[in-house]
Amino acid sequence: MRYGMAIDTRKCVGCSDCVVACQTENNVPHGYTRDWISETVEGIYPDLALEIRSERCNHCDNTPCVRTCPTGASHVIEGGIVKVTHEECIGCAACIESCPYDARYFHPEGYVDKCTFCDHRVKNGQDPACVSVCPTHCMYFGDLDDSNSEISKIVAKNKVKVLAPEAGTKPQIFYIV
Amino acid sequence: MGVGGLVVATTPILNWVPGFLKDDSEIPDDSKLKRIPTYCEVCFWKCAAWAYVNDKGKVVKIIGNDEDQHSNGRLCPRGTGGLGMMEDEDRLTKPLMRVGEPGNQTFKEVSWDEAYDFIAKKMTEIGDKYGKESMALFHHGTTGPHFEHLIKAYGSDCIAEPAIAQCLVPREVGFKATFGRGLSSPEPTDIRNTRCLVLIGNHIGENMHNGHVQEMSQAIDNGATIITVDPRFSTAASKSQYWLPIKPATDLALLLSWMNVIIKEKLYDKEYVEKYTYGFDLLKNHVKSYTPEWAYTKTGIKPGVIRKTAYEMAGAAPAVVVHPGRHTVWYGDDTQRTRAIAILNTLLGSYGKKGGIYFPEKRRLPKYPHEEYVEPKWTWKDITRDKHKLAILGVTNVLIDYALPENKSDKKIKGCFITATNIVKSIPDQKKTIRALDNMELVVVVDTMPTEITGYADIVLPEAVYLERYDYARASQHRKPNVALRMPVVDKPMGDAKPGWMIARELGIKLGLEKYFPWKNIEDVLDWQFKKVGTSLEEMKKIGLKEFDKEDYLYIPDGAEWEFNTPTGKIELFSNLLAGEGYDAMPKFTEHKQNPPGFFRLIYGRVPMHTFGRTVNNPYLNSLRPENHLWVHPDVAKDWGIESGQEVWLENQDGVKTDFPVKVRITQRINSNAVYLPHGFGGDNKKMTRAYGKGASDSELITNVMIDKETGATGMRGNFVTFLLKEPKQEKKSV
Amino acid sequence: MREELITSGRMNPGIDPVLHGWHWPIPFYLFVGGLAAGLLFFAAYKYLAGKEKDFPTAIMIGPFVALVAIVVGLMALIYDLQHPLYAWQLFTTVRIVSPMSWGAWTLMIVSIVNIIWIFTFLKKIFPKFNLKQNFLKKVVSIFIEEKQYEGELNWDWKYKLLRNFEKFSITNRSAIAWVMILLSVVLGVYTGILLSAFNARPLWNTALLGPLFLTSGLSTGAAMLMILSKTHIEKFTFSKIDILLIVIELFFITHMFMGYLAGSEVKAEAAHYFLGGEFTVTFWINVIILGLVIPLILETMELLHVKIPVIIPGLLILWGGMMFRFIMVDAGQVIRYLY
Ligand SMILES: Nc1nc2c(c(=O)[nH]1)N[C@H]1C(S)=C(S)[C@@H](COP(=O)(O)OP(=O)(O)OC[C@H]3O[C@@H](n4cnc5c(=O)[nH]c(N)nc54)[C@H](O)[C@@H]3O)O[C@H]1N2
Ligand SMILES: Nc1nc2c(c(=O)[nH]1)N[C@H]1C(S)=C(S)[C@@H](COP(=O)(O)OP(=O)(O)OC[C@H]3O[C@@H](n4cnc5c(=O)[nH]c(N)nc54)[C@H](O)[C@@H]3O)O[C@H]1N2
Ligand code: SF4
Ligand code: SF4
Ligand code: SF4
Ligand code: SF4
Ligand code: SF4
Ligand SMILES: [Mo]
Repeated sequence: MRYGMAIDTRKCVGCSDCVVACQTENNVPHGYTRDWISETVEGIYPDLALEIRSERCNHCDNTPCVRTCPTGASHVIEGGIVKVTHEECIGCAACIESCPYDARYFHPEGYVDKCTFCDHRVKNGQDPACVSVCPTHCMYFGDLDDSNSEISKIVAKNKVKVLAPEAGTKPQIFYIV
Repeated sequence: MGVGGLVVATTPILNWVPGFLKDDSEIPDDSKLKRIPTYCEVCFWKCAAWAYVNDKGKVVKIIGNDEDQHSNGRLCPRGTGGLGMMEDEDRLTKPLMRVGEPGNQTFKEVSWDEAYDFIAKKMTEIGDKYGKESMALFHHGTTGPHFEHLIKAYGSDCIAEPAIAQCLVPREVGFKATFGRGLSSPEPTDIRNTRCLVLIGNHIGENMHNGHVQEMSQAIDNGATIITVDPRFSTAASKSQYWLPIKPATDLALLLSWMNVIIKEKLYDKEYVEKYTYGFDLLKNHVKSYTPEWAYTKTGIKPGVIRKTAYEMAGAAPAVVVHPGRHTVWYGDDTQRTRAIAILNTLLGSYGKKGGIYFPEKRRLPKYPHEEYVEPKWTWKDITRDKHKLAILGVTNVLIDYALPENKSDKKIKGCFITATNIVKSIPDQKKTIRALDNMELVVVVDTMPTEITGYADIVLPEAVYLERYDYARASQHRKPNVALRMPVVDKPMGDAKPGWMIARELGIKLGLEKYFPWKNIEDVLDWQFKKVGTSLEEMKKIGLKEFDKEDYLYIPDGAEWEFNTPTGKIELFSNLLAGEGYDAMPKFTEHKQNPPGFFRLIYGRVPMHTFGRTVNNPYLNSLRPENHLWVHPDVAKDWGIESGQEVWLENQDGVKTDFPVKVRITQRINSNAVYLPHGFGGDNKKMTRAYGKGASDSELITNVMIDKETGATGMRGNFVTFLLKEPKQEKKSV
Repeated sequence: MREELITSGRMNPGIDPVLHGWHWPIPFYLFVGGLAAGLLFFAAYKYLAGKEKDFPTAIMIGPFVALVAIVVGLMALIYDLQHPLYAWQLFTTVRIVSPMSWGAWTLMIVSIVNIIWIFTFLKKIFPKFNLKQNFLKKVVSIFIEEKQYEGELNWDWKYKLLRNFEKFSITNRSAIAWVMILLSVVLGVYTGILLSAFNARPLWNTALLGPLFLTSGLSTGAAMLMILSKTHIEKFTFSKIDILLIVIELFFITHMFMGYLAGSEVKAEAAHYFLGGEFTVTFWINVIILGLVIPLILETMELLHVKIPVIIPGLLILWGGMMFRFIMVDAGQVIRYLY
């Protein structure tokens, strides 16, 4: 079992619904976010290309954030989901500094918070909140180990890339380009 | 916040028990939540949804109703963030009355009774002095019908909404003139089945009308060709195989040249045209001179590209959607431009065909029986149709004209209700609107937020937000007819706010109009209406949405005879309706002014996470985009020495300046003779703490209004601005 | 043209618009850690070299300062935690792969050894401890009965255990010194590794940071001893040592930048922050010129018998060492892979 996400940048319109859905689903305090939208514009008018991406923790295979955590609060659970146990987090920011994607932040209550891949939904067979709400259906979630899963097929069939591969974290969110 | 969260918040010491409660326990399982049906009011797509409520009665999230054709179970960001409309602590919660002179910006809280008494007294005065017809209503959204009923019962039919004359009316008339029927909302474009989608200044993806966004994405999956015509590299343009970066204000030239190519090269649907249309030869002759080479000189689009895109459309026909757009009030020739779109669809044989434009169907809910309205002595039609013969609904700006002090006619607007519309921001020529409001003897604003418009009211009435109230059911058109229920999802509204239906009814009774309100409660009305279509309020509370079988055709069956509701019974390429009223029967190209030196065309549009100015203070949506940015091309920025993120003020061709500065975004996505300023920002009311002064408002800068002859709609894109690098001196009109 | 931006959503305080997860306590902690490492290193080294007589400051005073530095450093570290009340959880697990964890443990062990070291010299440093002052008296009387010291503390331990331990540690001083050398190197290297273990930050991600920070730590240690020592020989020796260390440091810094420039695009970009970009002025003035070059010149002049008060180069080196860490921590957080 290896959970992952594929996001089709050809369909994403950058509406940020995934961001709001995550906030309401996960009770993220106002002014904080677990996911966000970035945009890359390349070229000279009128010869332009635009890539819009919905980004969040990549639930990396190689997790510097877990390695650098001095207390074990950051850990990996079933399916490769990277989580933080709030009660064990001393708030040292080591994990924040070690994530090349800046995917973690301090919850106002002092612990580090981040995307959980909505493990509380996933364990009930639901898609993560962001995936389930996306109006363009541009996000796919599932088991990358199962070659018959929709996500495996999508990743196999399309040209995909990951973010900042040079950081060596082996991200598990694939962007279809 | 769950138990775990509470412990953290109140007594951090207790957490010394490590791993005592795992973090996920904070997030309730969907199965532990109750869901209550509603439909979204953050924009007018009206997506049906479920509000999820926890055991403490707190709404935790809003999720689309899976059965709903508007949303397919997925709301847009604004709908998902709709919670913020309710939670916003800046909301209006008490009726407010202006203190002292008109124009004075201080208000005092009053009781509902005082407010009603004041309004009833004033309305009676106005009725006695000028006639009841002088009371107007400006409205938008689902609250509108409650007040429409009140105003009609009172004896006036001067009713208008910016969502018509500042939005879609040219298109409705352009299509009506062609096909005998408008499009209405949601637009019945069969995007999910199309093979070619043509978007002309229609920025789906930023314009988040849910169904369109979803279907465009399906079209991408299906490998459909997308052609986008926009001077700006819109999100939709970035998804397109063809982006035609047109010179603003020249779209009609492009449309005519497409017709030229399609007719000349015999690419049109011959059978369809022969069978269903009227005036083809006239059209053929009419567009003969509109060659791609000619169009190139106007639009800047290369003839080769015009031809190639015409071939793409023809190749995909009839599964082509040349999208009619929605906010179609651009340059004053808008009925004609949208008619050109209708004609193009006809040539491609896409109207009434799969992958083109389908025939929607709706299940009308009958009106609860009440006393007939008294016939007013004059209505909006009498002051509008002399100039704009094809105006199909009240024209806001005409009502405004009739409220001005210089109006010499005996028909005058002397008072108004303004419900759920922010007319100083949505009707162009802000100063004129303000003068009209100042000249009225009574301005009642029914709103949820202290937006700009409340500053011009004599009385402000706080309405409950959509999540806190019942409204009339949604009985919308779609592929299948359906009805959807909105009911309160919380026990009671915030503060003293009341639902619109209740305000209208209570006021009606104060005005002695009880016979128009023969029901106690809107639930009675809803139940009665639902029963007429084979359901009930009780059932609807459980299912939220009911779909009915379709009775009419979705598409014209192949080869079928078909009667259109036009004078000839055919699709009119030559419009007898237009000709009969003395308008151009076929669209002609009109030249529009281009930038004066040193000025840039002001282009505006939507950001996906906001609806106009109604969401800018919403805590969720505000945090996504607290302010707008002015898009400026790098060359222009360089010329002016403007840096990215620098604040500038704008001044338009008439010397009007923005109240607030706006940060510049230097980007290749805009061409060098225009600037782009998303609409809705630059909030001017300090009581909206998150929105006040954030970004600049395009509304202030739209003072050159190009009136569409046929409909009276206000073309708003003929305005040019220049940059002011230092704060200009000006009179503040903040409220 | 390439435009890359976060268009909506992310605005997490401390992350946006620039990462600011670590504040001043962290570079300060790294600085005092390095300083302590230097001081302990020289104490042990001079002791093992049998220079007990000539280098009383290095051997006996330095470790005192080191202990203070370590304690202050730990306090700074805890102060920077968002959940300081949970700090104890640092010591419930040993996580070798987490530099924070082994840093915390290293500091813990170093401070114990440091305390023992000081302990073995207590009688020497304070042959008589005058307890006339009221406050001290009170403190001491908590532990020892008045009649035992009668105003002056005699170091005759009442407790056998203490006595035995003292005897044991004095006889095994050399062994402790070896341990201390080892630990001080670990501590010095650690202050660099804490940053270089973070591959996510292109600027920190270089193997040179360990040796570089170790050298810099030794150099600040030497500078501190230069300032503290009273004898010419001590001052002179540490001045010489510092010249060497500064040269090594300059060499490492040059190599570090050459490494960046030869590295990937982001790394080269990182280097540009120091070679023309945002951090150029602060870095060159504070670290290179004030912290390294000027002290180098001054100390060389001193070697050539030009009279210069050692306090000047000493303080400059300390300043440069501290600024170096502040700038590295700050710049490291600004320079990222994305956006
Ligand atoms: N400059 C410029 N002008 C424009 C446009 C533009 O792009 N630029 N767009 C045009 C278009 S397409 C349209 S459709 C119009 C729309 O223009 P408006 O009809 O003015 O629409 P909104 O901005 O949605 O209306 C906002 C008002 O409704 C209030 N409101 C929100 N919800 C409720 C509610 O539940 N009850 C009550 N009582 N009030 C509520 C808000 O607080 C706010 O005061 O604007 C047009 N005008
Ligand atoms: N997120 C969000 N979505 C909305 C709304 C909202 O407030 N927020 N409002 C809804 C409403 S009521 C409406 S009416 C619709 C309006 O949505 P649309 O009909 O899609 O939008 P417009 O505002 O007409 O068009 C804006 C686009 O026109 C381009 N444009 C400007 N000038 C020209 C020109 O001369 N020629 C061409 N070809 N293009 C030009 C602009 O660059 C921009 O991309 O959006 C609806 N959807
Ligand atoms: S919800 Fe979907 S379309 Fe919207 S920004 Fe997120 S991923 Fe993109
Ligand atoms: S994205 Fe960052 S937080 Fe998430 S697993 Fe990778 S390194 Fe860790
Ligand atoms: S901040 Fe918390 S989760 Fe992150 S490394 Fe420190 S203890 Fe671990
Ligand atoms: S998977 Fe869940 S937690 Fe992660 S971004 Fe999506 S909604 Fe948020
Ligand atoms: S499109 Fe969005 S804002 Fe409009 S009704 Fe649907 S969910 Fe609400
Ligand atoms: Mo509109």
